[in-house]
Amino acid sequence: MSAVMITRKLRKWEKLPGKNTFCCDGRVMMARQKGIFYLTLFLIIGTCSLFFAFECPYLAVHLSPAIPVFAVLLFLFVIAMLLRTSFSDPGVLPRALPEEANFIEMEIEAANGSVPSGQRPPPRIRNVQINNQIVKLKYCYTCKIFRPPRASHCSICDNCVDRFDHHCPWVGNCVGKRNYRYFYLFTLTLSLLTIYIFAFNIVHVVMRSVDQGFLSTLKETPGTVLEVLVCFFTLWSMVGLTGFHTYLISLNQTTNEDIKGSWSGKNRGQNPYSHKNIVKNCCEVLCGPTYPSVLDRRGLMQEDSPTAANSEGPCSFDNLVAQTVKTTAPLIPNEHTPDDVKPSIAAEKSSAPKDDPPLAAKLPPLASPETDAETSIVKNQ
Amino acid sequence: MDIRCFTVLIFCPTQFHNLQELRHSASLANKVFIQRDYSEGTTCRFQTKFPSELESRIELTLFEETVKTLNNFYAEAEKIGGQSYLEGCLACATAYLIFLCMETRYEKVLKKIAKYIQEQNEKIYAPRGLLITDPIERGMRVIEISIYEDRGSSGSSSGSSSVSGSTAR
Repeated sequence: MSAVMITRKLRKWEKLPGKNTFCCDGRVMMARQKGIFYLTLFLIIGTCSLFFAFECPYLAVHLSPAIPVFAVLLFLFVIAMLLRTSFSDPGVLPRALPEEANFIEMEIEAANGSVPSGQRPPPRIRNVQINNQIVKLKYCYTCKIFRPPRASHCSICDNCVDRFDHHCPWVGNCVGKRNYRYFYLFTLTLSLLTIYIFAFNIVHVVMRSVDQGFLSTLKETPGTVLEVLVCFFTLWSMVGLTGFHTYLISLNQTTNEDIKGSWSGKNRGQNPYSHKNIVKNCCEVLCGPTYPSVLDRRGLMQEDSPTAANSEGPCSFDNLVAQTVKTTAPLIPNEHTPDDVKPSIAAEKSSAPKDDPPLAAKLPPLASPETDAETSIVKNQ
Repeated sequence: MDIRCFTVLIFCPTQFHNLQELRHSASLANKVFIQRDYSEGTTCRFQTKFPSELESRIELTLFEETVKTLNNFYAEAEKIGGQSYLEGCLACATAYLIFLCMETRYEKVLKKIAKYIQEQNEKIYAPRGLLITDPIERGMRVIEISIYEDRGSSGSSSGSSSVSGSTAR
C-alpha cells in the first residue's frame, strides 16, 4: 500500500491573492491591519455600556422607559452596520487569469504597434465613451486588467475594487460598491447615536444636579464625564463625515473622484454617472440593487492543477494553455507601488482644490488614494 | 472529474453530447473574451461586436442573440425601480438581517443566467465546439468563449496561432 497524502479540499479564499485576511472559513473578509477597527468597536461598545449603566436607570424612571429602548435599538443597528461594512467584500475584482491577461497583452501590442527599442512604451489607457463623456480606463499592472470605470486599486489591500471610495482603517476594510451603503448608514446612525447619548447625558446631569447638586452628580455617575468627552469629539467628526458623504451621494461621486478632482473644477457638471437629479442619485446609491460578490470565497478549489509529470493520456488543456503562456507572453514588469510615487501623490493631494469640512482633517487618513504604477510613467514622461 | 469522464466515455462514445466530454476529448485551441460595453454607464453590459475568431464557427445571429439575452438579464437584475426600492427599504429596516434568509433579486437573476448559459452551451455552442463561461466566474468583466479543436483533426490551424507558436519552438 502506497503512502497516501492527506489532501484537504481547499476553498478558494485560501488561494486568493491580495492582502486580505479571511475568517470563518471565508465568510468574513477584512484588511490586514485591524487594530483601529478594534478601537472603533471598543469605543462604541464602551461608551454605550457606560450609558446603559449610569444614565439609563435614572432616565427610564424619571423621564421615560422609551429612552433606553430606543438607545438599544440604535446601538444594535450601529453595530450591525459596522460589522456589515467591515466583514463584507467591498467589490473586489478578481485578477485576470493567464489567458485573459495574455489576450489583453496582445490587444495592447496590436494597438501600440512596434515601439523602437530604448523608448518607453505609451501608457496603457483605453478610452471609452460613457454618456457622451470620454473616460480613460487605466491598466492595472498588478491585476493585469483594464480597470472598469470608477474602479481603483487599493494599495493597502492589494486589490482592485469596483466603485472604490476609500480604504477606511476605522472599519478595517475598503469601502466600495458593495458596502458603501452600509458604511453610509453606519456613519449616519453613529452620528445619531452620538447626538442621542450626548443630549441625554446633558439632560441627566441637569436633572440630577437640580436635586443633588452638580458635584455629587458627577461623583455618583462618573461615567458621564467620559461619555461626554468621547461623544463631543466623535460628534463633530461623525457629523462632518456624514455630511460629506451625503454631499457625495447627491452628486453620485466617490471620495476617490472627489480627492482627484475628476468631476470638479473645469470638469464640473460633467460627471457621466450622475442622473443630474439629487433624489435619483440618492436612490441609486442607497436603494439600488445589492450586488453579488464575484470572488466566490467559499467555492472549492478545482484539483486540476497540472504539471508535466502528472498529465497522462488526454492532454490537459490547462497544461497546453500554461505552455503557450510561458512561451508567447511578453515579460510584463510587475510594477508594485514604487516609493517615489507616494510623495508625488501626497503633493497632488495637498494642491488639489478640496472643499471637505475642516473637521475631517482631525481624523487619521481615511482616504488612501490608490497609487498605480502608470501614474509614475505618465508623470515621468 | 476523471472518473466522471471515464463513465461518460463508456455511455456516449463518440459525439459531443455532453459538455464534460467536450472538455476531455477535444483540445482547447483558443479563447475569445467579449469585453464590457460601458457606453451606458457602469451597469453590466457586454459588447455585441462579433469576434473574428468565431466567424467560421457560429452564425452572427446566434451569437448576438446570446449576448443580447444576457444583457437583458443583467439589465433586469440591476434595474432601479419599485421592486429594488422596496427590497432596499425592507432590508434596511431589518438591519439587513433579512438577507440571511432571503435571496436578493440579483441572486435570483444570476441563477437564471447560469441556467440560460448551460442551456445555450448544450444546444448551440457545444455542438460547434465552443463553450461559454459564465461571466460571474471572471469577475463580470468578460464573457469567455473557449474554442475547441476536435482531437481527430490534427494540424488544424484555424484560430490556433498560439498553439502553433508554442509547438514551433
